[in-house]
Amino acid sequence: MKLSRKFVSDYIDLPEDLKVEQIAEDMTSVGNEYDDAGELINCTNLVVGEVIECTDHPDSDHLHVCKVNVGSEVLNIVCGAPNVREGIKVVVALAGAKLPGGEIKKGMIRGVESNGMLCSKAELGLDNKFLEEKDKTGIHELSDNAIIGTDAIKALNLDDEVIDFELTSNRGDLLSILGMAYELGAIYKKSVKEIDLGYTPNNENVSDEFNVEVKTDDCPLFLAKKVKNVVIKESPDFIKERLIASGIRPINNVVDISNYVMLETGQPLHYYDAKSLGDTLIVRNALEGEKLTTLDGIERTLTTDDIVISDKEKAVGLAGVMGGLSTEVENYTTDIIIESAIFDKVKVRRTSKKILRSEASNRFEKGLDPNRTYMAIERSCALLEKYADGTVLDGIVKHDKTSKEEKVIDIKLEKIDKVLGISIPKSEVIEILKSLAFKVEDKADYLTVTVPTRRLDISIVEDLIEEVGRIYGMDNIKGKLPALKIVNSHFDRTKREIKNKLINLGLNETLSYSLIPNPEVHKFTTEDFTEITLNDPMSEDKNTLRYSLLYSLKEIYLYNKARNNSDISIFEVGKGFYKENDCYKEDLKLAVLMTGDYYLDVNNTKVDFYTIKGVLEELLDYLGYNGRYSLTVSDIPEELHPGQSASIILQGKKVGIIGKLHPSVIKDDVYVFEINLTKLLSNRGTRMSFKEIPKYPIVKKDVAFIVDGNVTVENVMKEIKKAGGRNLINQSLFDIYVGENVEEGKKSLAFTLYFQDDKKTLTEEEVMESFNNIIKKVTENIPATLRDN
Amino acid sequence: MNEKINVIKEAFEKDILTIIDMKTLNDIRTKYLGKQGKITELSKMMKDIPNEQKKELGILVNEVRCLVTDSLEEKKKDLEEKALNEKLASEKIDVTVPSKKVKRGSKHPMTRIEEKFEDLFLSMGYTIYDGPEIESDENCFQKLNLPKGHAARDAQDTFYLKDEFENYLLRSQTSTAQVRAMEENTDKGPLRIVCPGKVYRRDEDATHSHQFMQIEGLVIDEDVSMADLKGTLELFCKTILEEKTKVRFRPSYFPFTEPSVEVDVTCFKCGGKGCPLCKQTGWIEVLGAGMVHPNVLEMSGYDSTKYQGFAFGTGMDRFAMFKYGITDIRTIYGNDIRFLTQFDRKDDE
Repeated sequence: MKLSRKFVSDYIDLPEDLKVEQIAEDMTSVGNEYDDAGELINCTNLVVGEVIECTDHPDSDHLHVCKVNVGSEVLNIVCGAPNVREGIKVVVALAGAKLPGGEIKKGMIRGVESNGMLCSKAELGLDNKFLEEKDKTGIHELSDNAIIGTDAIKALNLDDEVIDFELTSNRGDLLSILGMAYELGAIYKKSVKEIDLGYTPNNENVSDEFNVEVKTDDCPLFLAKKVKNVVIKESPDFIKERLIASGIRPINNVVDISNYVMLETGQPLHYYDAKSLGDTLIVRNALEGEKLTTLDGIERTLTTDDIVISDKEKAVGLAGVMGGLSTEVENYTTDIIIESAIFDKVKVRRTSKKILRSEASNRFEKGLDPNRTYMAIERSCALLEKYADGTVLDGIVKHDKTSKEEKVIDIKLEKIDKVLGISIPKSEVIEILKSLAFKVEDKADYLTVTVPTRRLDISIVEDLIEEVGRIYGMDNIKGKLPALKIVNSHFDRTKREIKNKLINLGLNETLSYSLIPNPEVHKFTTEDFTEITLNDPMSEDKNTLRYSLLYSLKEIYLYNKARNNSDISIFEVGKGFYKENDCYKEDLKLAVLMTGDYYLDVNNTKVDFYTIKGVLEELLDYLGYNGRYSLTVSDIPEELHPGQSASIILQGKKVGIIGKLHPSVIKDDVYVFEINLTKLLSNRGTRMSFKEIPKYPIVKKDVAFIVDGNVTVENVMKEIKKAGGRNLINQSLFDIYVGENVEEGKKSLAFTLYFQDDKKTLTEEEVMESFNNIIKKVTENIPATLRDN
Repeated sequence: MNEKINVIKEAFEKDILTIIDMKTLNDIRTKYLGKQGKITELSKMMKDIPNEQKKELGILVNEVRCLVTDSLEEKKKDLEEKALNEKLASEKIDVTVPSKKVKRGSKHPMTRIEEKFEDLFLSMGYTIYDGPEIESDENCFQKLNLPKGHAARDAQDTFYLKDEFENYLLRSQTSTAQVRAMEENTDKGPLRIVCPGKVYRRDEDATHSHQFMQIEGLVIDEDVSMADLKGTLELFCKTILEEKTKVRFRPSYFPFTEPSVEVDVTCFKCGGKGCPLCKQTGWIEVLGAGMVHPNVLEMSGYDSTKYQGFAFGTGMDRFAMFKYGITDIRTIYGNDIRFLTQFDRKDDE
C-alpha cells in the first residue's frame, strides 16, 4: 500500500515539520512495516522556464539551441526534443540538479554551450506505466499559467511524499486512506475528519429502472446506484496526482473516481455502462465451463467456485476480480451503474489466484467492512456529480445480509498485565483504545470496549491486548527471564556422536537437498518401497523425496571433481523418505563416500574397500556394536561393484550397504556405505563396563595356512576361534600372500594368535594344546595346509 | 708393598690419560680391576702380609682401589655424555620441514549453528523436539489458526505431496512442532521445547533456498508473558550473536500468536550505525514471535483460561550466514569441498 501524504492529509492534520521518514518509522513501531519512504519525485533544482528563442543547432540535424527564461536569468540550453519550440513553458533542470539519471552539469554540446536540461516526465523518474507516448519522445509542456522561476515539481502537481508499506495480512482496514488516518491518529493523538458524501439526487428512483437478484450465499452485501449523463474527460490534477502517488494509472475521470474512492475507503467499486446492461443484475456462482471475456480481452473459462455478476443472459463480470468487456465504461458512456459489494473472501482469493491479483481482489480477500461498502457508493456518487457532471438517481438497490453491529469485548486490566508482563495504568489503556477510535466504558473491575466495524481483525481479548501493546510500544516491555521450574532436559547425543566420530576420522560433513529427480530414487538400494513425489515441484530435478542419501553424495563428488577436487571423504546424516501402507515414513540415514587420497602421509595411500570398511567398523565399534555385525556378499544394488560390495548385517538384520561404486555409475574408484540409523539404533549398543586388567602374560604364536583362493578370511578366523578355546583371546591377520612357493589358485593367510588365562600363567603345554588343535581343525575343516616356509 | 702401591698408582695416573673411548676404558679397567688386574693382584698379596701390617696396608690398597674405580667411573660418565652429545648432534633435524599431516574433518556450519542453539536451550531446561519433515495440512496450518483459504498462507508457498487428498506437505515452518508437542503432552501441563530442522518452500534465489533450516521454540505455563519472551530472546541473541547485541520488539502479525512481534537485533555488520546490510536502519529482523493464540492452545487440548505461552521461530541459515559471513545461501547447500573444509576447527567462544 502506497500512502500519499497529500491524500491522507485530507483526513488528518499531520504537523508540517514531521518528516516522511519519521512517519514511516513511527508506523513501523506500531506494526506497519515500510519498504521505502520519500518524495514522489526524487529530483532537485527543477524550475519552470519559458522557451523564448529556439533555433536549430549549427552542427546537428535534430538538436535545438534554446534561450530559456528561468526568472532569475536567461539560460542557453541545447535540447534534442522534437516538440521544443518558442513560447512553451517547460521543466528546466538547472546545473547541479539531481535526476534519477544523474547530475546535470554545465557543458558544451557539439560546440554550443548548454547550461541545463529541458525535461520530459520520463526523466523525472516516473514509472513507465504513468507515461503517455508523448512523455517518452518529447519534453513535458507545462500549462500556460505555470509561473516562471517557481518549483517545477509543484507546477506539475507532483509535490507529494509517499510511504510504501508492507502491511500484514490481517490489516485489510489499512488498505485505505481512512484506515491509515485512524492509525496515524492513534500515533499522533489526532482525530480523523469526516468524509464528504454530499450530493443532490434527482427525482428518479433507481429501483424503478433497475433491480438486483443475489442467487448465492457468497455475496452477503450488494449495493447498486445509477448516475446519468456523466461527461468522460481527463481527471482534475489532484486526482491524477494522488492516483500516481498510490501507484495507479489515471485513465479518465470516471474510472479514476472509482479507483480514488477505493483508495479512500478500501472498498473496491465497479462501474458498468448502464446502456450495455439490461435492467437486472444477477449475482450467482458461475456455471461449470461458463465463458466470460474480461476487461483485458481474454476469454476465461469459469468453474462453480467463481462468483459472477450477470445480466439475464450471460456473465458480465467476475466478482471481486475483474469486470467483463461487454459492459465496460467507454469514452461514449453517459449512464453508469455503480456496484459496491462484498463477496466471499476465500472464493475471491481462489479466483484471483487463478486469474489476476489486483488492487481490488487484494482488498476483497482481506475482508471488508459493510459500513464502508455503503460509504464508498455514496462517496462515489458525490465525486461523479462534482467531477464528471453526473446526475445521481435517488434511492439504492440493495441486497444486505450483513450485520453492522459493533463488537463489544470486556477486558480486565490484570489480563493485559499478565500477557504483556508489564503494568500499564488504566488511564493509559483507556487513552490508547480511544485514540484508535474504540469506545471504552470504565466498569471499575474491567473495561467494556466497543470495536469499530472497520477493525475486522479484532474479536477477542488478546486482540485488544495487542492493540494496547503496540500503541504503548512493544519495545517498551522490559525483558525478564521466565521463572520456570528446573527440569532435566534429556537429550540423546547419538546423532552428534556419530557426526563427531566421522569428523574426527577426517571426513567432511555435507548438507544437501532432500528433493532429487524421480528416476534416481530407487538407486543405491535393493529395497522395495513406494517413493514420495511432489504435487507441484519447482523443477523436474527436484520432484521426489530421496530414499537413499547416496545419490546426493555421488552428485557432490561429481561437482567437486569437475572443480579439480578429487580427494573426497564426505558424509551426511539426513532423512530418507518412503510410503508404507499409506503412511509417510522417514528413516534417519548416514551415508559416507570416500575416494582418492585419505591418508596424508608421504606415501599417499588411495582409498580402497578396506579403508572405508575401517571407517565403518570404527564407527560401529564406537557406538557399541563391536562383534555384533558382519558383512555378507548378498543383496547388492546394481549401482555397486558386485565383487567389492556387501550388505551390513546387525544381528541377522540388514542395516546398510558398503562397497565400491559400479563402473557404470562412476569410473573412478569411489567407495561408499550407507546405514539406516533408525534401524541400527533400534538395537542398543553394548553397555560400556570395566573388566579387570589381566595379571598374567600373553603368549603370541604365528601360524600360516595355505587355502583355496575363494576361502574367506572370515571363515578361517571363525574356525580358529572355535578351535582355540577360551585361552585364545585374540587373533590378527598380518599377511595375505599369493605367489612364489604358493600353488596357483591358492593363497597363504598368516595370523598372530594371542593366548592368555586370566587366572594363571599358561604353561607351554597348555598353549601348544590349543595351538595344535587350531592347526588340526583348520587344516581339516577349511581345508588348509600348514605353510612351513 | 708400599712402593708397589705407589708404582701402581703412578702407572694408573698415566694410563687413565690414554682413555679415549669405551674400549680403552674397559682395557684399563681389566688391567687394574680384572681377574689378573694389578689391584686384584695387590689384594691377593694381602693374604701373605703379616697381621700387624694388614690393617695399614689394607687401607692403602683400598684407597688405590677406590681411586681407580672412581676415576674410571667418572671417565665413563664423561665418555657417555660425550657420546650422547655426539648422538644428539648427529640427530639434528630441520624442525621447519612440513609435518606429517593428520587428516582433519569438518562440521557443516548449519550443524554448528543447530548444536549451538540446542545447547543454549538445553541449558535453559528445554527439550529438543524432533518432528517429521512430512506433515499434514492440519498440523502445519489449520491447528495453527490458518484455515484453508487464509490469506496469510500466501507468505509460505508450500510443497504439497502427490496423494489423493492433497492433505500432506513438506513442512514450511517448524511451528508445526508446536502442535505436535502440545498434542503429545497428554497431561496438558507446562511445556518447554525447541524444534530445529529442515523446512521447505517454493522459493529460490540468493537469500532463499527451497530447503532451509528453522528453529521453533514454545513455552507454556500458567503465567509466562511477553516480558519473559523478550528476556529469553535477549539472552538467545546475545549468546548466538554478540554480548552487546540489542533486541527490539516490533508489533506484527502471525495467525498463531496474539500479540505477535517481529524481533530485530542491532546490525551485526555495523553494530547499529547503519550500513547497506541493514538498509541504513541499524536493525536486522531475525525472529518472529508472540504469545500463543488461545485458539491454538484450545485446538491442541489446552485450557487457554489457565495456560498461556510464548512461541518464537527463526531461520537458522540467516544466523549461519551472519556468523560466518556467507552472502549467498546457495553456498550453504552447494557442498563445495573448498567451502566445507573451511569449517574444520572449533568455533570461537
